Amino acid sequence: MIFLDLFITFFKIGLFGFGGGYGMLSLIQHDTVERAHWLSTAEFTDIVAISQMTPGPIGINSATYCGYTAIHNAGYSELMSILGSATATFALVLPSFILMILISRMFMRYMDTPLVRSVFAGLRPAVVGLLAAATLLLCNAENFSTPSVNPWQFWISVGLFAATAFGTGYLKINPIRMICYAAFAGLLLLY
Amino acid sequence: MLFELIKTFFRIGLFTLGGGYAMIPLIEEEVVNRHKWVSKEDMLDLIAIAQSCPGVFAINMSIFVGYKLRRLWGAIFAALGTALPSFLIILAIAVFFSAFKDNQVIAAMFRGIRPAVVALIAVPTFRMARSARIGWTNCWIPVACALAIWMLGVSPVYIILIAGISGYVYGTYIKPTEQ
Repeated sequence: MIFLDLFITFFKIGLFGFGGGYGMLSLIQHDTVERAHWLSTAEFTDIVAISQMTPGPIGINSATYCGYTAIHNAGYSELMSILGSATATFALVLPSFILMILISRMFMRYMDTPLVRSVFAGLRPAVVGLLAAATLLLCNAENFSTPSVNPWQFWISVGLFAATAFGTGYLKINPIRMICYAAFAGLLLLY
Repeated sequence: MLFELIKTFFRIGLFTLGGGYAMIPLIEEEVVNRHKWVSKEDMLDLIAIAQSCPGVFAINMSIFVGYKLRRLWGAIFAALGTALPSFLIILAIAVFFSAFKDNQVIAAMFRGIRPAVVALIAVPTFRMARSARIGWTNCWIPVACALAIWMLGVSPVYIILIAGISGYVYGTYIKPTEQ
């Protein structure tokens, strides 16, 4: 039952997704790409690209898009696919709902205790590792091609990767503008 | 009131590109300065808690504010307002994109975009490492976590659980003995 699986998956992502949108990427990728094979790595990368270019939180964007695409790829109708995106988005938000209301009602004063602080202190370095894992998992043939299959595309891809890292990391170029440059380069060089 | 909540958070969801923390100034402007729903001091507490809790930051914030004002229905309307713009925009793109992704021009553009997006995730990894104060003594933690997920296929959920428990054990039993 793909809908139930979708619900459980995104509920889990909402519950364990520490460290904001980027921290969540690793969880989304692990479950939707590596485990359930709802999406290919290329599709997942496209979702991240689209999330960067559209307004709103990246977590909501990915859940909506994954829900739709997973159901669509499984061969269901358009309407069912829309229902899939609603299911994933609802499931992602539900843990926040339960947690935030519980905290508002009774745990507000426990949030700033040594116990809670040390748990969060343990999570922080791990979330950095999660993001690093998301990056490493995306460095594959689907996104970069390989030197033996298509050397031209591979080296162009490596160049675009380096240029984007330098452009957004050092020159502080807006990521959306950088994606537009990369799209233009793709059109010129990889058509 | 409920209508005002959904309208305000809809606007917040609609006008923040990049998501997450880019939303903080806009949320503050709307919630603290304009509507005076939350005081400035309370806002700082809410931001701190919403950031450290799991889930989507903007959604956490909206649930906090909505719940404070109108309990359950307030929380539902505020969360709905935040999620709705992204949901509708992405849905439109998903429907549109699945019909156009086999188009040669679009496909070529995305061949260029994909490696760039990988870099867009790589860069914040280092930024996040700096803000989490990763140095020579503790850099093995993110490296070990990343390798476990990347090479061994360990679920990030387990990494999160282990990290939380380790943080608790270290903070409670080991750190006090170090001084």
